[in-house]
Amino acid sequence: MFDIERWQEIFETLRKNKLRTFLTGLSVASGIFILVILLGFSSGIQNGVTSQFEKDAANSISVWAGVTTKEYKGLNPGRYIQLKNDDFNAIVNKYDDHLEYKSPFYTIWGGLVNYKNESGNYRIQGVLPDNQFIENADISQGRFLNHSDVMGAKKVAVIGNKVSQDLFKGQDPINQSISIYGINFKVIGVFYDPGGERDESKVMMPITTAQKAFNGGNDIRNMTYTVKMSDNFNDAVKLSEQISLGIESDIKEKHIISPDDISAVRVNNTLEEARKIYSLVDTIKAVFWFVGIGTIIAGVVGVGNIMLIIVKERTKEIGVRKALGAEPMSIVGMILQESVFVTMFSGLFGLIAGLGLLEVVGPLIESDFIKYPQVDFNTALATVFVLVFAGAIAGFIPAYRAAKIKPIDALRDE
Amino acid sequence: MIQIKDLHKSYHMGNNSLHVLKGINFDVKEGELVSIMGSSGSGKSTLLNILGMLDEADEGSYTLDGVPIKNLNEKIAANYRNKFLGFIFQSFNLINYKSALDNVALPLYYQGVHRKERVERAMHYLDKVGLAPWSHHLPNELSGGQKQRVAIARALASDPKVLLADEPTGALDTKTSYEVMDLIQGINDEGKTILIVTHEHDIAQMTRRIVNLKDGLIIDDSVVEQVRASQYV
Repeated sequence: MFDIERWQEIFETLRKNKLRTFLTGLSVASGIFILVILLGFSSGIQNGVTSQFEKDAANSISVWAGVTTKEYKGLNPGRYIQLKNDDFNAIVNKYDDHLEYKSPFYTIWGGLVNYKNESGNYRIQGVLPDNQFIENADISQGRFLNHSDVMGAKKVAVIGNKVSQDLFKGQDPINQSISIYGINFKVIGVFYDPGGERDESKVMMPITTAQKAFNGGNDIRNMTYTVKMSDNFNDAVKLSEQISLGIESDIKEKHIISPDDISAVRVNNTLEEARKIYSLVDTIKAVFWFVGIGTIIAGVVGVGNIMLIIVKERTKEIGVRKALGAEPMSIVGMILQESVFVTMFSGLFGLIAGLGLLEVVGPLIESDFIKYPQVDFNTALATVFVLVFAGAIAGFIPAYRAAKIKPIDALRDE
Repeated sequence: MIQIKDLHKSYHMGNNSLHVLKGINFDVKEGELVSIMGSSGSGKSTLLNILGMLDEADEGSYTLDGVPIKNLNEKIAANYRNKFLGFIFQSFNLINYKSALDNVALPLYYQGVHRKERVERAMHYLDKVGLAPWSHHLPNELSGGQKQRVAIARALASDPKVLLADEPTGALDTKTSYEVMDLIQGINDEGKTILIVTHEHDIAQMTRRIVNLKDGLIIDDSVVEQVRASQYV
């Protein structure tokens, strides 16, 4: 393999047969190139789709309380269940390892909001800073609520883009004062929400502030948590389900609700949505792998085919070489070494060209559904070696057959 | 140099069997220039192929330079061919993408000679056949006579015991044929053993001994007065 004389012989053969070398190389290089691009876009689409769905916080668990419908432990049905700060905190403490963002809500539907002479009815929500991520709200001006706003129950508010447009008519709302039911709040930020106008017709303030200002005490309307996403769909499903059930039974136990009362506590997890994402991503992955493996098979068959033609074309040459004293194994070695060298070299060339193209074009793609197309370098390199190996095996049969050719047959004049 | 005893060879094609060589007895001494003649189908090429270890006999013994040639596997046959024999073909069989020099050097590559020495020795033999100025030309840039001279240089390059030529002038015109024969005679004069298969009488007359084959048997084996090719050149 590392015989320098052999390599000189091979390089000479390749140099003197430029077209053949070029064509073999081209088929391998383009195969790998296409595969790299495919895998790149597969991961790009995966990234894009995942991020699209994640905008809606697909992995959230929301808890609402309602009215009991069943008699339980001597308590009559028809009881109104009120969630409290304690309920929220108990769940946070218990499931902290698995939860990413969490926020309770104290909501006033259709609160009257005034700025100077402008006014409108908007949803007023007391929340925690984490809500920015639960809603996937983007801050366009100013900032969102922070920990110190909550701790100090400061009278600050973050308003939706729609609210800003309605009340401020294009003026800068930051540090202006709005009044809600006669109480003044300082606007500290404006947010956009991918949920559109409906979600932007909101005023958010610290939950502590809302509870104090609107006589909420420790009451909360509902609470939302997001579960940490894991790479594996089944794990995510299991975790989400476990937590949902756990939360439900915890609250039922605490508020003395019958375990089979489905209306007193509703725990809604967006598992179904998550399942759709995962199965979509899995389908995309499967399709691209199918196409990718098809490309590799086509590449291998192509290399084998070219090898077959090369051997056929060189039958006479092989006969001459054998008549001059070439041993059969040296013929096999020559043809294999030549083809492995060509496939390896052009495979790496295709790999680098493909990676280069992804590197250059990737960031320029402006589509919501394709993001950061990239290929795991090791995967691509492994593919090149698989191709080279398979090509060598595909080439071995014709090479071996060539070595078996009797020189007398090869040299017979036509 | 060559001893052949009771050599038989048949070819089987389906149910038909063709008995080509029917008991050949034949000796060649060192330094001889022998022509094997016969019409087509007489078995002369088959005999040459067996002598060249390109084909194997069914029966009989073959000794080359004291080495019994039998039960050869491919590897040993390749080594013997490389060591003992030089081939000259009717259609030259040069490798068309290699220069004249590289073609001549090829047997030396299979002997494991290093590149520098290969080139030197190949150049020496090219010079011997008068083609040194064409050393870097490809075969298709050479005339038929030049190609055959390159092939002769290649056959000589490994310094074999015996040169085997299968219709060496078959693809050449008369003048070029005589030039090639002149070269072959010159090589024989230096002591090389040479066997030529031919069906041309004038070419056969230029050797020292004519063996006539008919239907797989030697019908005549006689020493002749050699006609020097140089007088026609």
